[in-house]
Amino acid sequence: MVDLKVNLAGLVLDNPIVPASGTFGYGEEFASLYDINILGSFSFKGTTAQERFGNPTPRIADCANGMLNSVGLQNPGVDYVCNTIMPKMKTYFNKPVVANIGGFSIEEYCECAKKVSECEQVGIVELNVSCPNVHGGGMGFGTDAKLVYNVTSAVKQNCKKPLFVKLTPNVTDIKSIAKACEDAGANGVTLINTMLGMRINLNTRKPILAMRAGGYSGKAVFPVAIRMINDVYNTIKLPIMGCGGVETAEDVIEMMLAGATAVQVGSANLINPFVCKEIIQDLPIVCKKYKIKKLSDIIGGVNG
Amino acid sequence: MQQILTILTNKPLTSSVYEMTLSGNTDKITGPGQFVNFKLLGLYLRRPLSICDYGKNYLKVIYKVVGKGTEQMSKMLPGEQLDVLLGLGNGYDLTVDTKKPILLGGGVGTPPMYNLCKKLKELGKSVTVILGFNTKEEVFYEEEFKQIVDKVIIKTADGSYGEKGFVTSDFSHEYDYVFTCGPEPMLKAVYNTTTTSGQYSFEERMGCGFGACMGCTCKTKYGNKRICKDGPVLVKEEIIW
Repeated sequence: MVDLKVNLAGLVLDNPIVPASGTFGYGEEFASLYDINILGSFSFKGTTAQERFGNPTPRIADCANGMLNSVGLQNPGVDYVCNTIMPKMKTYFNKPVVANIGGFSIEEYCECAKKVSECEQVGIVELNVSCPNVHGGGMGFGTDAKLVYNVTSAVKQNCKKPLFVKLTPNVTDIKSIAKACEDAGANGVTLINTMLGMRINLNTRKPILAMRAGGYSGKAVFPVAIRMINDVYNTIKLPIMGCGGVETAEDVIEMMLAGATAVQVGSANLINPFVCKEIIQDLPIVCKKYKIKKLSDIIGGVNG
Repeated sequence: MQQILTILTNKPLTSSVYEMTLSGNTDKITGPGQFVNFKLLGLYLRRPLSICDYGKNYLKVIYKVVGKGTEQMSKMLPGEQLDVLLGLGNGYDLTVDTKKPILLGGGVGTPPMYNLCKKLKELGKSVTVILGFNTKEEVFYEEEFKQIVDKVIIKTADGSYGEKGFVTSDFSHEYDYVFTCGPEPMLKAVYNTTTTSGQYSFEERMGCGFGACMGCTCKTKYGNKRICKDGPVLVKEEIIW
C-alpha cells in the first residue's frame, strides 16, 4: 500500500492532485462526470471582489502541445461565490477547497481574501498575482518583488486560512519573487501560472485572440515549470503547489522530485475531463514502479 | 461522455465538405443541436463538430475542411478510431409550442437541421426547410432532406442553383416558429427577418466544450452564457442584437 498523503501547510491531502484554477470551474461540471472527492483538493475559478464578464472572444487559441487563453477572470464575484456557490459545493465536494482570488488593487485582494477565508470549506487561499489577462492588476503585481511583498503581507492580515501566492513565470528571477512571498508571511507558493504568448491567423493576418496575447499553458510548459519549481524549492522553505503541463502520474512524481508538495493539473482537464481521476488511479502503480512507499518522501528529492 | 468510436464511412459531399459516420456508444446524446468534440492526433485541443444525425450506436457528422483538424479527419479511413466527447451542449428544445416550424440552415450550419427535421417530423409538425449555399457546387443534402419533408427550398447566393438569394430573401413563408443554424451574419438576418420566436445555434472558439474553461462565454439578456454548455442554442428573446 503506497501512502499518497501530503501535508500542505498543515492541510493533509489524501493525495497531491489538485485541479488548477480556471480549468475546473467551481467543480460542478466535473462532479457530474466522476466523484471528485477522490481529489486531494481543487483550486476554484479565480474570484474577484466584483463580478466580471472577462475579455471579448475569441479567448482560446490552439497551439502545438498547448493552448492560449485570455479568459480574463470571468467570475460571478466573491459574494455570489460565498453565499450561493459554496453552500452548493458541499453537496458534491466534502473536502477543504483551494480558493483562488484575483484583484486589481490591494484593497480588492484583501476584501476577497477576508470573505473567502471566512467560508468554512475553504482550506487554503490562493492569491493570484500572476494573471496575464487582466490589465492594471494580476501580473502587474506578480512581476515586482516589492509589490508582491506588499500585497502578500496586506492580504495575510485579512486571511484566516493558510495563504499561497500563485506566481507568474514571466519574470527574470523567480527566486526573488518567491523570497518576497516568504518574507511577507505567505504559507506557500503555487507555480507556474501561464506564460505570455500570441498566435496569428494567416488568412486574416490578425491575432487569433481578441486580446492579441494570452497565457500559454499545457504539456509544452512542463519543463519550464519543473525548472522554476526546483529554483524556488532551493530558495525558500515554504511548501510549493507545482503547476504546469502535468498530464500523467509520472509527471506528478517528476514535479514532486523538483520540489512540489502538491501538484496542480490544469489544461489537461479540458481535453480529458477524467485526467485527474486517471492520474490518481495510476499513482500507486507508478510509485511501485519507482519504489516509492511514501509519496511525501520524494518532495525535492532530485539528486544533484 | 467520453467514448471511442469507429469510423464506418468518410466521404466527400462537395470538394471541401465531408460526411463521416461512426459506430459506438452514443447514449449520451440527448437531442438534435448538440455537438461532439473530437481528439485528433497532434492537435492539443479537441475539435467541436455539430451532430448531423444519430441513433443507437450511430453518429453522423458533416464537416468542411478549413484547418489542420478537419484536413486530418478528411484523410481518415473506415475502421480507424476516434476519441470523442459526446452529448455536449443543450441542443434544440423540441417541447416548444409549434405546428409549422421553419428550419433555416446556411452552409455547414445545415447538418444539425437534418436530425432536427427528422425529430420534428416524428412529432407530427408541418416542417419547411430552407437551405442556403454560396453556389451550386457547395449544395449538399437536398435529397436527404426531401426524403423527410416535402417543403425543401434550396437557395444559392449567386443563383447558380435553386432560388437566387439568401435563406432570408423573399421571405413569405408560412411558419409559426424558427429553428436556425449558420454563420453569424445569416443568424442576424434571420433574427431581423422572421417575426416569431425561435432557436438559434451559435459558434465560438472553445477550450473544453463542457463548461469548465469559460473560453466561449457570450452575453445574453438572461445573463452570461457559455456557448458550449448553456448553448450552443439560444432563444431569440435572449439574444442581444
